[in-house]
Amino acid sequence: MLDRIHVLYEELEQQRIMLSFKGELSPELITALLGLVERKLEALEEDVRLRKRLFNVVMECLQNLYHHNARIRTGASGPERTEEPQGVVMIGHHDRGYSVLTGNFMAGDQVERFRSHLDRINAMDDEGLRDLYKSILADGRFSEAGGGGLGMIDIARKSKSKLEYGFVPYDADNAFFSLNVNVGN
Amino acid sequence: MHALLLEGSPKTPSVRFDPENGSLELRGRSIPENSIDFYKPLTDWLDEYARSPRPRTSLHVQLEYFNTSSSKCILDLFKRLEALRAMGNEVEVLWHYEADDEDMLEAGEDYQAIINVPFRMIEIEEVDD
Repeated sequence: MLDRIHVLYEELEQQRIMLSFKGELSPELITALLGLVERKLEALEEDVRLRKRLFNVVMECLQNLYHHNARIRTGASGPERTEEPQGVVMIGHHDRGYSVLTGNFMAGDQVERFRSHLDRINAMDDEGLRDLYKSILADGRFSEAGGGGLGMIDIARKSKSKLEYGFVPYDADNAFFSLNVNVGN
Repeated sequence: MHALLLEGSPKTPSVRFDPENGSLELRGRSIPENSIDFYKPLTDWLDEYARSPRPRTSLHVQLEYFNTSSSKCILDLFKRLEALRAMGNEVEVLWHYEADDEDMLEAGEDYQAIINVPFRMIEIEEVDD
């Protein structure tokens, strides 16, 4: 592992990763990460609108990781649904803007529903997304976490780009969900 | 009834609900993980205020950021104002947005389309932190 640290560092450097975190998220940690992102962007990005849109996307991505994390663990008493705000987040800077990359586990039985939500979002233009957001907001289809699918719609609207995503099977009951959100001008 | 005064924090807006002059203010950021916890005292306050409101009530909203989890809670505040208006009171929402912040203007327009309360869109200079 020791000699891998340098390789890992080089890789992060090459990808121009300005922030990377892997582990368990808490509200306090999200506050700290957002503060860090904000300070870095103030130094790095002159375009105030882009700065705001990126901050919004990072915030929603982190809160998605925090809220949506059902994972199935099989213990002595059989399969059990657990909540584990574990994940990975990276923010990369490239010539055309920024990438916000996140990854987290998800119960396999949620994958198809979530995939169709993402595909529906990706098939829409700005106006379509705005109408969808408005209709979900107006009719109160909300989960406890306040989501109702608004988070991903908002991420798509603010980033003004299609959501790049993938699911990798992890074990019998769970998948790993990866998301790349490009935020450019 | 007492005024509701809350200091802002990195994730929650400052709140200034004054029952004496019917002026309600929400300013700053609204990006908490659990918005329902934050907004419950605000909606409770409005429920009590609605029992003996001023003839004219204005809600000033000046947010730099709000998350999707807050968006429903903010709508709930507006719904309380809608009910207040339906009872014959004068109600207005003053939605502030920074000059270059099209997203925040759109967000205000979206609420305006959903809620039956007069909105005034107020463009402000960019706020330096």
